[in-house]
Amino acid sequence: MTPVNQGPLNLLAAAPEMILAIGALALLMLGVFRQNQAGATLVLWLTIALLVLAGFVAFIGGTDVQYAFGGVFVSDGVSRFAKVFIFFGTAVTLILSRTYLMRANLLIFEFPVLVALAALGMAMMVSAADLISLYMGLELQSLALYVLASFRRDSVKSTEAGLKYFVLGALSSGLLLFGSSFVYGAAVSTEFTRIAEVVAQGEINVGMVIGLAFVLAGLAFKISAAPFHMWTPDVYEGAPTPVTAFFATAPKMAAAVLMVRVLYDGFGVGAVDDWQLIVAFLAAASMLVGSIAAIGQTDIKRLMAYSSIGHMGFALVGMAAGTEAGAESVLVYLAVYMVMNLGVFAYILTMRRNGVAMTKISDLSGLWQRDSFSALCLTALMFSLAGIPPLAGFWAKFYTFGAAIAVEEGKLVWLLVIATIAAVISAFYYLRLVKIMLFDDPVEEFDGPMGSEFRVVLGISAAIMLLFVIGGLGVTEMAADAASIYR
Amino acid sequence: MEIGLTHYLTVASILFIVGIFGIFLNRKNVIIILMSIELMLLAVNINFVAFSTHLNDLGGQVFTMFVLTVAAAEAAIGLAILVCFHRNRGTIAVEDVAMMKG
Repeated sequence: MTPVNQGPLNLLAAAPEMILAIGALALLMLGVFRQNQAGATLVLWLTIALLVLAGFVAFIGGTDVQYAFGGVFVSDGVSRFAKVFIFFGTAVTLILSRTYLMRANLLIFEFPVLVALAALGMAMMVSAADLISLYMGLELQSLALYVLASFRRDSVKSTEAGLKYFVLGALSSGLLLFGSSFVYGAAVSTEFTRIAEVVAQGEINVGMVIGLAFVLAGLAFKISAAPFHMWTPDVYEGAPTPVTAFFATAPKMAAAVLMVRVLYDGFGVGAVDDWQLIVAFLAAASMLVGSIAAIGQTDIKRLMAYSSIGHMGFALVGMAAGTEAGAESVLVYLAVYMVMNLGVFAYILTMRRNGVAMTKISDLSGLWQRDSFSALCLTALMFSLAGIPPLAGFWAKFYTFGAAIAVEEGKLVWLLVIATIAAVISAFYYLRLVKIMLFDDPVEEFDGPMGSEFRVVLGISAAIMLLFVIGGLGVTEMAADAASIYR
Repeated sequence: MEIGLTHYLTVASILFIVGIFGIFLNRKNVIIILMSIELMLLAVNINFVAFSTHLNDLGGQVFTMFVLTVAAAEAAIGLAILVCFHRNRGTIAVEDVAMMKG
């Protein structure tokens, strides 16, 4: 990895972030001066346009490595890959949120602006090349998300979700910082490249190990990996559904890529032995918790929470490999995971009976006889979530397992055994959902008709699941290019 | 006795652990949790400044400035969420923050 020297500031490398930061501030002003529903809708659409623009700028960036702000910010293949998905995923969530927010009387201009600021924080996270920029990006994202979780101010559940998320999020930031301080003490620098040099010299002292453990614990909170997952089900259930849809997609990608950055850039691919076991333990615990605890759930948002815990576990299996293939598999897994979740939440957002939002799994009973298109799309998505070939979810797992099995001396084979068991257990509740939708007696219909944006997102994500088998739709290639920096 | 790096790190670690225990053991009041979070962040700051002086490197003190700023923003948002919660629930006792379980 030879950085091109473009002067200390090099603002162009951070072009997507610049667009988003300036745009979000401008939209905040616009929103303040037009305080009505029409103004809020305008801000919402402009935010979507802004995110698409930023995503496009990130997409055409190529794969060369560029440093900005004196080396604390890096724009390379991995960060650009993550940014494209984060920005487009966020834009899709905003499109899906509109009708729900309007019905719940929540469509105020702060919502899109906060989402844009959270997306900005995520972009900073995936581009972090220094512990300070890591912390600032993470906090920008988290502070926006705390407010979003408690966005329905008049609801006990939503404010309780916000409060729980805030307390545990602040605790995890504290753990991360405590770890950072020890890493700084051991490496005499907060820059990842410098930390990697110190680690590569061998002789990792106690301070570095303590620091690494605390940093990993803090990051595990953010990606909701077990045993740091307690907040996830409550926050998913309590937050307004569009916010849950957002939580389940972009922030997961950002936090997992950030973890790749810390482990691969910071602690060096050479020092895998020092963190492999910790990551493998997190992976095993998350997969088991995600698959076993989900079985008894009756609320679909809670079910999706446990499902996301499990999926983060599978992504961590790839990360634990500590190789180029591992980084590639994490990127592919998260991209697929994000598309699956957007599809599922597109349907959950439309579940509404007599004007009241429904979130019980039993409400889906007999969906096939009421709305066969949605039932088919959801079936495809559930098969994909369960990881059944030839759908995208299977290939995503295939890559992570492949990366882990290639680790020398078969060190991670025990993890793959656990992963397979967890995948089988989790298939049970995904298939139970399919059974409820296709074969159970129909219950009363939802309020129709379903908006066209929901149909389009649901249809496209199901189509992507089915068509992924054709060369990974270019995503695997993109991820392989991106991960080539870890060769 | 000379006060060295170890003493500072010990104090910071004790404060940090007190902060963590304050979050998990306290059953009374969410405000105490907010105070515990501040305590944790301040312990981290002591760590950073101690390392910074010991290593003769300014980076740690720069980090401390950022941590202080973010801690202020965090406390503001935490209190705002707490006010909203109090309006809906009429209490801020920790054991009452339990509508959702399972």
